[in-house]
Amino acid sequence: MPAADHSPVVPHRLRNLWRIRRYVRPYLAQMSWLLVAASASTGAGIVVPLVVRRVVDGPVRHGDPAGLLELGALALALGVVEAVLIFIRRWTQSASALGMEAQLRRDLYAHLQRLPIAFHDRWQSGQLLSRATSDLSVIRRFLSFGLIFLVVNTATYVTVVALLLHLHWPLGLLVAASAVPLFVVSRRFTRQYFTASRRMQDQLGDLATQIEESAQGIRVIKSFGRRRHQGARFAEGAGRVHDTAVGKARMLATTWSQFDLIPNATLALVLVVGALEVSRGALSLGGLVAFVSLQVMLVWPIDALGWIIANGQEAMTAADRIYEVLDTEPSVVDHPAAAAVAPRDVAGHVRFEGVRFAYPGAELPVLHRIDLDVRPGETLAIVGATGSGKSTLVSLVPRLYDVTAGRITIDGRDVRDYRLRSLRRIVGVAFEDPTLFSMSVRENLTLGRPDASDDDIAEALSVAQAEFVHDLPWGLDTRVGEQGLSLSGGQRQRLALARAVLGKPRVLVLDDPLSALDVHTEALVEQALARVLANTTALLVVHRPSTVALADRVALLLDGEIAAVGPHSELLATVPEYRAVLSAEAEGDLEAEAEGDPEAEAEDDLELDLDEEVHA
Amino acid sequence: MTIDVRAWRGVAPDDDAERTAAEAGDAASVVRLRTSSRRLLGSLLRPHRRLLWVAVALLLAQNAAAMAGPYLVKLGIDRGIPPLSGGRHDGGVLVGVALAFAVAAATEYVTKRGFLALSGRIGQAILFDLRRRVYDHFQRLSVDFHERYTSGRVVARLTSDMDSISELLDGGIEDLVLAGLSVISVAGILLWLDWPMALVTMVSFPFLLALSRWFQRASARAYRRTREAVALVIVHFVESMGGMRAVHAFRREPRNQEIFDAVNDDYRAANVKAMRLIAIYAPGIKLVGNVTIAVVLTYGGYRALHGQTEIGVLAAFLLYLRRFFEPMQELSQFYNSLQSATAALEKLAGVLDEPPAVPEPAHPTPVPAARGDLRLRDVRFAYRADRPVLPRLDLHIPAGQTVAVVGATGAGKSTVAKLVARFYDPSEGTVTLDGIDLREIGDDDLRRAVVMVTQENFLFSGTVADNIGFGRPGAGRDAIEAAARAIGADRFIRALPEGYDTDVRKRGGRLSAGQRQLVAFARAFLADPAVLILDEATSSLDIPSERLVQRALRTILADRTAIVIAHRLSTVEIADRVLVLDGGRIVEDGAPAALVSDGGRYARLHQQWRDSLV
Repeated sequence: MPAADHSPVVPHRLRNLWRIRRYVRPYLAQMSWLLVAASASTGAGIVVPLVVRRVVDGPVRHGDPAGLLELGALALALGVVEAVLIFIRRWTQSASALGMEAQLRRDLYAHLQRLPIAFHDRWQSGQLLSRATSDLSVIRRFLSFGLIFLVVNTATYVTVVALLLHLHWPLGLLVAASAVPLFVVSRRFTRQYFTASRRMQDQLGDLATQIEESAQGIRVIKSFGRRRHQGARFAEGAGRVHDTAVGKARMLATTWSQFDLIPNATLALVLVVGALEVSRGALSLGGLVAFVSLQVMLVWPIDALGWIIANGQEAMTAADRIYEVLDTEPSVVDHPAAAAVAPRDVAGHVRFEGVRFAYPGAELPVLHRIDLDVRPGETLAIVGATGSGKSTLVSLVPRLYDVTAGRITIDGRDVRDYRLRSLRRIVGVAFEDPTLFSMSVRENLTLGRPDASDDDIAEALSVAQAEFVHDLPWGLDTRVGEQGLSLSGGQRQRLALARAVLGKPRVLVLDDPLSALDVHTEALVEQALARVLANTTALLVVHRPSTVALADRVALLLDGEIAAVGPHSELLATVPEYRAVLSAEAEGDLEAEAEGDPEAEAEDDLELDLDEEVHA
Repeated sequence: MTIDVRAWRGVAPDDDAERTAAEAGDAASVVRLRTSSRRLLGSLLRPHRRLLWVAVALLLAQNAAAMAGPYLVKLGIDRGIPPLSGGRHDGGVLVGVALAFAVAAATEYVTKRGFLALSGRIGQAILFDLRRRVYDHFQRLSVDFHERYTSGRVVARLTSDMDSISELLDGGIEDLVLAGLSVISVAGILLWLDWPMALVTMVSFPFLLALSRWFQRASARAYRRTREAVALVIVHFVESMGGMRAVHAFRREPRNQEIFDAVNDDYRAANVKAMRLIAIYAPGIKLVGNVTIAVVLTYGGYRALHGQTEIGVLAAFLLYLRRFFEPMQELSQFYNSLQSATAALEKLAGVLDEPPAVPEPAHPTPVPAARGDLRLRDVRFAYRADRPVLPRLDLHIPAGQTVAVVGATGAGKSTVAKLVARFYDPSEGTVTLDGIDLREIGDDDLRRAVVMVTQENFLFSGTVADNIGFGRPGAGRDAIEAAARAIGADRFIRALPEGYDTDVRKRGGRLSAGQRQLVAFARAFLADPAVLILDEATSSLDIPSERLVQRALRTILADRTAIVIAHRLSTVEIADRVLVLDGGRIVEDGAPAALVSDGGRYARLHQQWRDSLV
């Protein structure tokens, strides 16, 4: 899992968070507004203690009711202005911060869609999801509160300290000195908290993965009665999250209370020294009251600093996690010279030239040296034992993966020289594992060709023998897929086939598309499919002799290499390996025994073995 | 850009797919949810009663310490300064006040730290408990529920809803309680300090109350809406990540992006609405507070001017007022975590209220070693009330018999399998194992006795060995390898880069469909159940693998009851008995050879299949 072994030690921790500024830019005007409003409202708040001083030292001392009313009106005006400014800030903030969050989420999704299948093979969607939801909301909170208050609170701190210095410099200096312990505390906290929050986010991502798997594998869990086992595994993961979170809470408890202690301790000192100063006559009584109430203004900004630092650390982790995905370069992309080619300009001549393929990170290649030539309109069946690389071979044609060496051409042009969108229009695919999305049947069918007419749909449905959709409660508008009506495996396969055919591709890639159909339906589909295949180039992964009949020629894939190519009957007659893979069972039995198949031997003493082991 | 959500999604069979009443939105179900979420909260808090009291005590102490500050300032000004001035240098009072202040600050530090650490511990324990409860409950709910609820929603419940609650626990509760405490204690202190001024202050209360009530109502609605919107985002996200192959192959990216933009924007809009409510509420509170402070300043100044109150009192009063309104201000910040946590808790309570459609018996009949005698008596079953799948089925399968079930799509073959595996309970009639109703058998016993392998063959990320070992808890490596050998999966597994220790990756994506099926077989074989159900379990196997499996099946099925559903009749041929189903009824029943010679439906199917082999 790439996410799990990511080291939290990043050379420059702010780097990724800084990169988020791109998303702030469109809202720069609003953000500056926000800052102005936030500073102004804080300013209005700061002025109030000064008014208090004037009240105490002026009207109260001199018995001037008119002056009192004036100052009261000033305090009222300042109060109203502060509230209005806060309103403006919050109102603007809601739109801009959420706008940035939505844009980032959108870009993340777009990038994920561009990343190759190889990436998605590796990354659990739980890990991706936690980035798109919780990490993004951390960043939103940072942009809307943390960042702004970091600026405003620092400004408040500096302003208030300056005012305090102005009011009475020795006391002011005392207050300013309190910044030193604050700095020490926050440095230590910053370091620890960053590591903990990264660990926490990763653990939450792993937990999300576990949740997703156990929801998707619920049938397997139920049929083996492994609920408790799964529950225990989940509890283990949740326990890890719990431990990290408790550790984080402890850090916060220490730091936040220290952030509270420091200004309070300073206040006590100020009170004593201030009282002495008043008695010496170096400070007026109103001056002391104002000093104290001003200093109280510092409590919140300092208190909040703990929260802001924590929020900032979390935002840095979140930014790192998001850029981990965004920085992954899509490897299957259009290169600049790639051409857009319309399907009607393609004859459909597919060639594999010295193709070698290894999955990323794997040492051994799955396909060694594949040379194949499929002429326009020809149907080539790919036959091979389970795991011989058939599915991999055909998924190279629409560039779901790129070849490691060699090349695949269509009409003599390397598939990498086609624009991806063109290539995938030219090549239509149906997988054995048919994916239907939670949307209407129509939308599912027209995935590759949104402009298909009702006649086109009807035709595709008839080829795939999928007219059953008309009997669904809402016909083509019925929602299927995970959140809709559940269809049987055979029904889903037929819809997937209809979808592939509907695109009218020049090259059709079908990966064992009929495996879940019953014999009767399979025969009907084969008849209809034969019409389509007559003028379409096709690569067909098959397991059954009946489907092989659709092909003009057959290629036998053996251990990642093409062992033989030719018509079915010829291979059947001349290639024993082909017979072993594709002929009816009676011969196969003989074959296996004649060869002294290790499995056959193993099975002889199997009964004994297993009885002992199973009942041990 | 607006996209009508309904148009692309189509019509669902049960449009209230969420099925928790939270979405229904009618008054009655909202009330019900609120009650059950309250009950849930109570049951979560109960185990921590003692610690909660400690936490409350710490909080009270912290509050008292914090409240002492302004009063000590007043004492310092009114009592500490006079003895110092005018030539007398009696600093005793002042030093006393300063000491008291230092003690108060130290107390506040200790209690705050203690409270934060303790509440963090309690909060995380609650979260852990809630996570487990919801997870376990999801696991207990029937397959039928999961089909409707979908994995995306399960993930949403256990991730983003948990996040909301954790956010509240992280900071909200403290502020909530502290705010309440300071409001009450400040009001008390103010009355004691100077009651006429305190009465003036209290004029603000009705405004605060009215504002808070309005906010509470409006935001509850708004936050429920955001929970729903985020669920849609999550569902679409998870689904497109899971189906990325199809997305790429069909150039679905732009359309997907369009849909994602729509749900994403919907979520944003819902959030904006909720945040705008705070944008009104928070400054509203501030406004009331500021106006009160200005009025108190003027009135207090007037009283001080007439000698009715001391300056120290005025200073303390103003400091206290800050402590009165500031937490309320912060309260509005955390009110939004409270609201979204409440909405989340309601959703979770809704899930926990969902009764398992296939409940475990309260007093199970123990079945230590099942023989495997199955009987379906007068069984009626329908997924939807108006469309019976099995009108009335009677079937007896003696222990040890292998029965193949054939028939066209929709004949009810899989339904029979699911009833025997108790994925569903029959609408009427009974299914018994060794004469005991399945509903009377505990889950552990039942699952040890009955195992089903489907064509779906889901694999978990982890090693091949882990996945096979899933069949039997605590199985050793030898047993796992023996099971793989028995099925004929050993050879391909050994050829993998790390053999049995190869990570199969997400959903077993590293293996081909056929290989996954072999692993699923080995897993079932290792489980060694009395009854084995194979529902299209061999459909993705190629011929050599199928041959191996078949040979293994002869051994495996020899001494156990088996129900085999297969389109490929090669698997059927090893059966002792064949049932032909049509419209949920048994139309033919007999030994395979006998049925072939009878020339009925099975004979025709058999012929078709033989033809397809050439």
